[in-house]
Amino acid sequence: MKLLVNGEPHEVSAQSLDALLAELEFEGEWLATAVNSELVRATERQDCLLSEGDRIEILTPKQGG
Amino acid sequence: MLSLYGTKVSSRVLLGTAQYPSPAILMDAIRVSGTEIVTVSLRREMAGGKSGDKFWSLIRSLGTHVLPNTAGCHTVKEAVLTAQMARDVFATDWIKLEVIGNHDTLQPDVFALVEAARILCGEGFKVFPYTTDDLIVVERLLEAGCEVLMPWCAPIGSALGPLNLHALRSLRGNFPDVPMIIDAGLGRPSHAATVMELGFDAILLNTAVAKAGDPVAMGGAFAKAVDAGYAAFHAGMLEPRDVAVPSTPVIGRAVFT
Repeated sequence: MKLLVNGEPHEVSAQSLDALLAELEFEGEWLATAVNSELVRATERQDCLLSEGDRIEILTPKQGG
Repeated sequence: MLSLYGTKVSSRVLLGTAQYPSPAILMDAIRVSGTEIVTVSLRREMAGGKSGDKFWSLIRSLGTHVLPNTAGCHTVKEAVLTAQMARDVFATDWIKLEVIGNHDTLQPDVFALVEAARILCGEGFKVFPYTTDDLIVVERLLEAGCEVLMPWCAPIGSALGPLNLHALRSLRGNFPDVPMIIDAGLGRPSHAATVMELGFDAILLNTAVAKAGDPVAMGGAFAKAVDAGYAAFHAGMLEPRDVAVPSTPVIGRAVFT
């Protein structure tokens, strides 16, 4: 399945958001996720099924003013 | 003590965490400034979670309150989603709401700001809106549910200091009981003292400290200026006069003729 992850195209076998993070080796409880501009809470990732062309955002804490 | 949505803090300096020469200098600047609230952001993770881990571990080790921001958002949708994502990660309802309207001045889009504030307050967020010094916008933000306001005194990172004292006085005078934090535009400790002398409750700084020659010393200098301005406001300052008034008693002076 082709997805756009943080603006970059990816070809993955993962069917859920949880599996996608594992497949792309994202780890950590500090990650925030959204699919097609909708929040997906950490607790909801396992049940969040992905579809061809979905746009995934994976954010992390950074310095800010 | 300063109370922000029921959370009490003794320091009236809020500090941003960006642009410091090193994490160690950031840590020292936070310590020396005495700040109890630091701002953070959310950005794309490009290293499998490892880049965020380092920074987040550092921030958590400080034991301060964390105020996530929506920096860089230009629309209501972007700002609301970023706030929702921040709450999921940082486990706080606090959000420094920024909706930028102009690339050059980083001036808030106050129309979008009010709309986003209304949505987020409705979702239980405790919104700290970064706004202009416009009185009517501030009224709308309060109507939207904001209980803290963060007016700028000059554009972000400009170091220009308070540009419109009249507008700032008007804000303070119209809403004397709403916690107001001057956010953005401060360059020098004297700027901080000036706005605190007007009766503002706190300041939020980043560039003025982070880009100083010695960020740690500057953090301390701002803290002293804020304390001085706050104490002066509550001590009751003399109003300026157009004529000289002798301080030494005139009665009883010797007459040499």
